[in-house]
Amino acid sequence: MVGGFRWAAMFPDEVWEHVFSFLPADADRNAAALVCRAWYRIERRSRWRVFVGNCYAVEPAAAVRRFPEVRAAAIKGKPHFADFNLVPSDWGGGAEAWVEAMVEGWPHLEELRLKRMVVSDDCLELIARCFKNFKVLSLVSCEGFSTAGLAAIAANCRNLRELDLHENEVEDNCLHWMSHFPESFASLVTLNIACLEERLVGLLHRVPQLVDLGTGKFAAQHHPELFSKLESAIAGCKNLKSLSGFWEAGPTYLPAIYSVCEGLTSLNLSYATIQGPELIKLISWCKNLQRLWVMDLIEDDGLIAVAASCKLLQELRVFPSDPYGAAQPISLTEHGLVAISAGCPMLHSVLYFCRQMTNAALLTVAKNCPNFTCFRLCIMEPHTPDYITRQPLDAGFSAIVESCKHLRRLSLSGLLTDLVFKSIGASANCLEMLSVAFAGDGDAGLHYILSGCKNLRKLEIRDCPFGDKPLLDNAAKLETMRSLWMSSCSVTLGACRQLARKMPLLNVEVINERKRGLPLELQPDNCPVEKLYIYRTVAGPRSDTPSCVWILR
Amino acid sequence: MSPPLEHDYIGLSELPFSAAAAAGAAEDGALNLKETELRLGLPGSESPDRKEKVGLTLGLLPKVFGSGAKRGFSDAIDGAGKWELTSGGCGSEVEGGKGGALFSPRGEDGGGQLSGHGNAGKDVAPKADGQERKAAGQVGNSAGNDRGVAPAAKAQVVGWPPIRSYRKNTMATNPSKDKEDADEKQGPGCLYVKVSMDGAPYLRKVDLKAYNNYKELSSALEKMFSCFTIGQCGSHGIPGRDGLSESRLTDLLNGSEYVLTYEDKDGDWMLVGDVPWEMFTNSCKRMRIMKGSDAIGLAPRAMEKCKNRIRISF
Repeated sequence: MVGGFRWAAMFPDEVWEHVFSFLPADADRNAAALVCRAWYRIERRSRWRVFVGNCYAVEPAAAVRRFPEVRAAAIKGKPHFADFNLVPSDWGGGAEAWVEAMVEGWPHLEELRLKRMVVSDDCLELIARCFKNFKVLSLVSCEGFSTAGLAAIAANCRNLRELDLHENEVEDNCLHWMSHFPESFASLVTLNIACLEERLVGLLHRVPQLVDLGTGKFAAQHHPELFSKLESAIAGCKNLKSLSGFWEAGPTYLPAIYSVCEGLTSLNLSYATIQGPELIKLISWCKNLQRLWVMDLIEDDGLIAVAASCKLLQELRVFPSDPYGAAQPISLTEHGLVAISAGCPMLHSVLYFCRQMTNAALLTVAKNCPNFTCFRLCIMEPHTPDYITRQPLDAGFSAIVESCKHLRRLSLSGLLTDLVFKSIGASANCLEMLSVAFAGDGDAGLHYILSGCKNLRKLEIRDCPFGDKPLLDNAAKLETMRSLWMSSCSVTLGACRQLARKMPLLNVEVINERKRGLPLELQPDNCPVEKLYIYRTVAGPRSDTPSCVWILR
Repeated sequence: MSPPLEHDYIGLSELPFSAAAAAGAAEDGALNLKETELRLGLPGSESPDRKEKVGLTLGLLPKVFGSGAKRGFSDAIDGAGKWELTSGGCGSEVEGGKGGALFSPRGEDGGGQLSGHGNAGKDVAPKADGQERKAAGQVGNSAGNDRGVAPAAKAQVVGWPPIRSYRKNTMATNPSKDKEDADEKQGPGCLYVKVSMDGAPYLRKVDLKAYNNYKELSSALEKMFSCFTIGQCGSHGIPGRDGLSESRLTDLLNGSEYVLTYEDKDGDWMLVGDVPWEMFTNSCKRMRIMKGSDAIGLAPRAMEKCKNRIRISF
């Protein structure tokens, strides 16, 4: 403090609170809290939204104590690669500790969003019972609960506004959990669940104000009566902006949604095995679409149609319909991606699974879309080069990072050498998350990333020839990041031990699923580490590690 | 450095020599599963050990045919040009002749080899220097393969392409329009199929790998759907084997009880219990608990399929 001047005394606390409420990001509030004790006190008492990117980075009780007025919390658990079965199922990410602390310290909590966590029915029942004004529950990619837990939520949370349950492993043991919703559910605006179409009609009639609907199965024997019931029920939802689900959708029932297509801003058809022509027909109605998730059955032709119809498109995800099959004649190639990049000026987020790519196409995409914030390309066969020139795809991805100055998330694929990492390290100044697989030549690749990319938060790497040296040389960088995952690389136990000794604010987790051999403490330094997860934390080593995880100190 | 172990499928016509030798060992004609189990490899080579329940089981028509297994094999070749799965079967007779659906080795084998499950192949794997790891992974769809030649094994790497398990499971039970695409691919360790029940408002999904036999499966299903009336869709059985008892089936169908049916890879709806458990889990795409009265049209066909096999073997 300058000469003892007390900034805080300039105005009453309420004024500072009001000022802080304009700070857009938590990082800004964090900075304000460091100015002086008074600001720290005022800021912490007025923060009502908290995001915990790694549930093990801080003790739940400490978080609750620091910010006693929180109304909305979001917490993430397992590393991203858990989505692809790379993380043992008992690794952790349990929600109990957090829910118990929140029930204790945040009785006025209204909103809870959990991702990749293990949530038990007990947790759901606690939430349902203890948070009197609970409005929003979002569970994404979670597991450990059943429909009995959901019944508790439906029955007790009278003010529920948003129930978002997508991509969870839910045990279905309570057949009628949805009937626990009150008869007239005026507050519900988001309902994202799986249910059969007969019940869907009934449900839609009870929640005509729905903004966001996720269906489940969207196919049945053709019953004209059911069709028209469904059509009118959906048409009755005048506020519908977002549709998803559509498992097993057939052409029979799809026209039931035509009436709401023009109002849709978000459409998720990524589970629907609808062929190109039907897709084109449907999407041509959706002139205001901002987000489209679809299967590669849409093919290049379909994407060309999207590029012509959906001028407001911001986010596109194209998923593979047959990821493991022999090369099927699905005509989805780099041309579709180029067409979209040319036709949709507002496009900023892409996830694209395909089987072939060229540097030229990527250069064109980079030129067309300098505003990308998220670019994830997955060429399904590892090490695939440019199929025309047979060169690595370094030039293409380099063009992307050099052109897209606001790129925050990038996933690489195809044949790549250390050169691409040099470009990324040098140019990707806004990059926060990088996913790398089957790429690079050696240690230099990882060193370029860790010594560059000044905003990097999450780095996940699999099957790359990166070893100990770049890790140890850039140990300090790891404390500026949320987490690092490395699997099937060339890291040794000795380097991990060194890193753990050098960096007390990191948890260095070595994951070894093999039951044979010596326990890890007795293994020599040159023992290869199969899976490594490093994250910064102020909570110290966690106490719930399973037998396959060692935290090195 | 020696290249990683490679196990390619080879043209079927090359198989029989080792297969014949294997089958020939079953002297007494009684079908011994182990004896007729074929392991893949080039003729004359030793194929690596696999876990019992994972992997392929091909049985050759045994000597009951006549002058030895070789003749049986050439009959099979001349017939549909396809291999027939013959392990176990209706009673003690052997299925033969009719072109059967080909197999798909379990994802667990292909995937498991490369994950941290303590498998031998894994020691070779982690040198990520651009070498592609090959394991006896999945066979592509070969049901429609006229020449009867299985395509080369495709390497399957754990967690690649990066698709969420949730999506994989949902897609696995989502029938694709393309018939060629008949092989569901499952992640290592699970095999989810949908189970619907006539009159029930919900579909359920079950992991077939969680059960070892029909009894376990049917009691699990009974528990799941217990709020609806279920007849004895549990253990069908030829005395002593997992198979279908004709008289038992008629009893079931006379009442209005429910029966458990499944759609197999050919798209046919069959009664559960018809074929050996392994074969069932390899070919089941989804299940449906039907009212007994609806299944009447189904049963004779299932029995017919079985009868045909019995007939042809002699």
